[in-house]
Amino acid sequence: MGKKRKTSEINSSSMADIAFLLLIFFLVTTSMSTSTGLSRRLPQPLPPDMKIPPVDVNKRNIFVVKINSQNQLLVQGQEMSVKELRAKAKEFIQNEANDPSLPVKTMVNIPLLGNIEITKEHVISLQNDVDTQYQAYIEVQNELVAAYNELRNEISKQKFGKNFADLDKDQSKAVQDVYPQKISEAEPKNYGGVKNGTN
Amino acid sequence: MAQIRKDKERETPALSTSSLPDIIFMFLFFFMAVTTMKEVTFKVRVTAPFASEVQKLDNKSLTRYVYVGKPMEQYKKLFGSETRIQLGDVFADISELENFIVSERSAMKETDQNLMTVSIKADKDTKMGIVNDIKQSLRRAYALKIVYTANKTVVNN
Repeated sequence: MGKKRKTSEINSSSMADIAFLLLIFFLVTTSMSTSTGLSRRLPQPLPPDMKIPPVDVNKRNIFVVKINSQNQLLVQGQEMSVKELRAKAKEFIQNEANDPSLPVKTMVNIPLLGNIEITKEHVISLQNDVDTQYQAYIEVQNELVAAYNELRNEISKQKFGKNFADLDKDQSKAVQDVYPQKISEAEPKNYGGVKNGTN
Repeated sequence: MAQIRKDKERETPALSTSSLPDIIFMFLFFFMAVTTMKEVTFKVRVTAPFASEVQKLDNKSLTRYVYVGKPMEQYKKLFGSETRIQLGDVFADISELENFIVSERSAMKETDQNLMTVSIKADKDTKMGIVNDIKQSLRRAYALKIVYTANKTVVNN
């Protein structure tokens, strides 16, 4: 007994500190993979035997954006760069001066906002070529969404004094009613790939 | 107490392992919290396009993914270097997409079925032709909520 003596155990109280340090280090350095994207809603499918219905939207209510295979833009018949698109789209959606070439304004009663003139029937029609690059398409979509977001922010600031993202449910609903997102992706022409309406 | 140590053979102290479980548990929790399950093994190369107005996707369990891109190097021999679609873990043809969506949806709870979102993860160099085809078959499958996956860019206004 006298010869064999146990030395005292290593003090392990600092182990917790070390482990916490590691934990915090990993928490800081790990980037969690979050997926982000642009949400869209596709139109209802057409019954297989039905032809594409004739467009009954008034000419002045449509904002045509075409992207060709060289990723160039044709907006309302004129060439344009992606950067100019946002301002042009905003002008179209808003139609501040009640320009007869821009969409019809109708008086609508919206809860919280009262009577307000909005361009209820406007449609942004996005047409693309088969060879359009996906990135170019997304950029255009992005600019259009940005135009809506900016308009919504403007009216939110003006009416509620907050950004659109900070509004409560009823308020954001009202703002959405003022500027409904209407981006229509045209029925693609038959390019010889999968035929529209089969199956 | 104050003894003078004379003993020649000394035992090295046993390392205390009492805190080991704590550490292990902590790592476990850490990884549980941080890890997002890998959706699939990528067989196509997807570099998402960039956009500034992106939103975070909620409800990952209700999202199904369609990957569009060129096959990875190791699959090029078998599948060529043309843009392909990947559904789940396998390459698929555009004609299989509709059935894929329908069967995925029927596997969901009934209350969730109309909340299903399809996320299109396409490479930024993809041609729109194939994306159009995908959109058309999604329409036919009544999967109307879609998301174009994009990475956020910093805008300088």
